[in-house]
Amino acid sequence: MSQIIIATILTLGAVFVLLAAIGVVKMPDLFLRISVTTKAATLGVGLMLIGVIIHFGTFYTTTRSIAIVLFIFLTAPIGAHLIGRAAYIVGVPLWKNNRIDQLEGHYHKSTHVLHSEKVENPVLRDENEIAKDTSNVNLDPK
Amino acid sequence: MSLITYINLVIIPMLSLSGLLVFFRFMRGPSIPDRVVALDLLITIGIGFIACFCIIYDKSVFLDIAMILGLLAFLGTVAFSYYLEKIRKK
Repeated sequence: MSQIIIATILTLGAVFVLLAAIGVVKMPDLFLRISVTTKAATLGVGLMLIGVIIHFGTFYTTTRSIAIVLFIFLTAPIGAHLIGRAAYIVGVPLWKNNRIDQLEGHYHKSTHVLHSEKVENPVLRDENEIAKDTSNVNLDPK
Repeated sequence: MSLITYINLVIIPMLSLSGLLVFFRFMRGPSIPDRVVALDLLITIGIGFIACFCIIYDKSVFLDIAMILGLLAFLGTVAFSYYLEKIRKK
């Protein structure tokens, strides 16, 4: 009986992982790929580790598996957010049919700080700071 | 049909197929963040493989390796995104 439950849970997990892999290949855009990967693969691996818990049933295995599942559930969204933010700042192109980009102009170009209003012009800074900062003098030819 | 046969015949091929698909994206990905995402997913699939081999060989010691793999995946993603932000476009 428990073998049937384990087989069902493992199959569900493998199907979710396979869906994540197909999504990574088929999606047109980096951000859509991140959105597929983070949810489906995390759920799939969590289900497979739950199958391991049911198969062994000992204290050692249960604590290890729950620790792994908790760790993946905590770190997968953080990693996805970090790599998505870095990709947006670096300038990875969006999908060609994309209509609206709500983050456009909200990231400051040099400090990478997110503002709630649009920062069109270069940020107002103190004159002392501008005098000291010689790094971005000749970057823009304009 | 026992559980081990089922895992060998159904689950492992599904995981292998997904690994191949992700590796295709890893080789082809147009930008560096694509490759980072594909690498993260590859390591996640590796954790799934380890879970399967735990059941096949009836040894739970392999779970420690799975924990280390998950830690390394997070560390790699954080390091890559940190250094990608430092690139200044010419």
